[in-house]
Amino acid sequence: MTAPSSAETTDTSNGHVRDASAIALKNLHKRFGRDAIALDGVDLDIHAGEFFTLLGPSGCGKTTLLRILAGLEAPNEGTLTIGGKQVTDTPPHLRSVNTVFQSYALFPHLSVRDNITFGLRMKGVPANERRRRVDEIADFIKLGALVERRVNQLSGGQRQRVALARALVCEPDVLLLDEPLSALDAGLRTQLQVELRRTQKRLGMTFVFVTHDQDEAMVMSDRIAVLDSGVIQQVGPPHEVYERPVNAFVARFMGHVNLFEIQAVEGARVSTALGSLTMERPLPADQQQGMLLIRQEVIELGPEVPEGYNALEGVVRERLYRGSRVEYRLEVNGILLMATASNLGQRLYPVGDRVTVSICPEDVVRLDA
Amino acid sequence: MVKTDETEPNSPSPYPLAAYSRSMSPDTRHLLWSVAPGAIWIAIFLVLPSFYLIGVAFMTNGPYGQPQMPLSLDAFRQLAGFGFLGWSPGNLYTLLRSLWQTFVATGLVILVAYPLAYHISICREKWRPIMLLAVVVPSWTNQVIRAFGWMNLLSPGTPMADAAQFLGLIGPNMGLYPSNFAVTLGLVYNFLPFMVLPLYAAFEKLDMALVEAARDLYASPVRAFWHAVFPQTLAGLLAGTVLVSIPAFGMYVVPELLGGGRAMMLGNLVANQFSGGSNWPLGAAGALIMLIATFGGLYAMRKVGKRLGGGEEVVI
Repeated sequence: MTAPSSAETTDTSNGHVRDASAIALKNLHKRFGRDAIALDGVDLDIHAGEFFTLLGPSGCGKTTLLRILAGLEAPNEGTLTIGGKQVTDTPPHLRSVNTVFQSYALFPHLSVRDNITFGLRMKGVPANERRRRVDEIADFIKLGALVERRVNQLSGGQRQRVALARALVCEPDVLLLDEPLSALDAGLRTQLQVELRRTQKRLGMTFVFVTHDQDEAMVMSDRIAVLDSGVIQQVGPPHEVYERPVNAFVARFMGHVNLFEIQAVEGARVSTALGSLTMERPLPADQQQGMLLIRQEVIELGPEVPEGYNALEGVVRERLYRGSRVEYRLEVNGILLMATASNLGQRLYPVGDRVTVSICPEDVVRLDA
Repeated sequence: MVKTDETEPNSPSPYPLAAYSRSMSPDTRHLLWSVAPGAIWIAIFLVLPSFYLIGVAFMTNGPYGQPQMPLSLDAFRQLAGFGFLGWSPGNLYTLLRSLWQTFVATGLVILVAYPLAYHISICREKWRPIMLLAVVVPSWTNQVIRAFGWMNLLSPGTPMADAAQFLGLIGPNMGLYPSNFAVTLGLVYNFLPFMVLPLYAAFEKLDMALVEAARDLYASPVRAFWHAVFPQTLAGLLAGTVLVSIPAFGMYVVPELLGGGRAMMLGNLVANQFSGGSNWPLGAAGALIMLIATFGGLYAMRKVGKRLGGGEEVVI
């Protein structure tokens, strides 16, 4: 059905992928103080040239993981390998990794140009090459005349670009981005999401991106890792994480609301509080517990039920008109069911109307509680 | 001031000031009335004495040390060292010693206060006010009493003096005071809080993200300190330097008590002219030179601040 939109295509042929930039995390543990566990055994492989996103609510450990990649935090246990080299204990200034910080962390006492040059200066790149590379990156990011400004004369979006240029100019193996768009307004955010993704594809650089916004994660990423309580819940491309979440946490975090506990299983028929639903194929013996997910956009409303579909009777309790789509809060067997219909000019059901709800067996997904 | 004629040309008021006041807009009048007490205070206790001081500096010394006419540059000539017996370098030495002592003491204060302020800023929150209090409380005691305290600690036969003798720093049966060392120690001790407080304020709001950014951008720990920590504390450092060096330059009590006659500073030279030596014009000239040197120092510090702050105005 509706696959979540990924800007451009998911697996474009990257211009050139550098093998030096594959990341392997093994059994990472990080504790703060005695009982605050930030990471609880993280195993993860990030491919070279990939736009990889760490997604999760605040406090899930995603920022800690990013800081460990940068070298700003040391894990209590486990190893970190970048480009085949073990860098677990390498200090940040000796790693070919650069970060775009959430607050941008631009040096307020330096000009924009001096900010961008900083990394090259610390690396000991000669002055004329520094100038050339800064001009190059300024051109690439389209900074234009901003380069000669002072940091305090820049707007939020401009600061974000400067922070990106400052990190990219060093040509690191891996670029880390810590919620770099969270401080921007919605319009600018959308624009920069697309720009960031294009930049990554053009450079073929490995990007590790941290966000708590699942829409942002889906639009930008090649693959997403969903974290909760310091544990990775699921890793996969956006459509997989969205359409086949492995558990209730991932499903809720990706924005799903129609989750119903499995009460009994009889072949391909599963009973829940919503009613009895037929699935595409019978559940294997080890999967007869857990939850059923019905995404709200797969639910069809109407008098006629397509062949082989599950049919339920419901009442419209609330209708939210959102322009491109219409959301209904339905009551089915005393249970709330959310349904979203694309606005194709069809009849809108008024509140109080009785409707027939059709669900394709293929769209009934089982997941862990 | 009296401009009654312009505002009320026909009837000259018997109260010209009141009439002038009425001629102003209410806002201006309120403003003037509200700043008046402060302005009068400054006029009486700062502007008038300063002009008097300048006047005295250019007068001639009378037989009892009192200033008298005619106007002359005698005081400045004496200050430069020209006396009855030709030129002597005594006063010049005093001036140089004052500058040197200020320089050394301020430098030492920075060396002690910088790590101290940082340490306090990273302490547990509940300890910070206590540690700051410990830094500040001694300065609530009278300077003279504290100087006497140091005299007791440094005089012959005390553990510190014994230790210095053992190390061969001073001769047998001598104390660590009176000496230049004792004066420096006294100055550092006296002015430490004035450096710790502004530095602590700077460290407390230190943006660690900048330090991490520097580390991330290939700066070693030392370079990260220089490029990301130091600039953030620069304003506090300059403020502290002003708060320490200006009063240290004119210090009277510490060199008087801990320096004996050997470590006289400009403040003592000036004070002596108004008491023992009794040469008011010379004292006034000395005070005037101190004032000019202070302004010169402030100006230089502003320049330095602007340079290091990357053109950013550092308010002192």
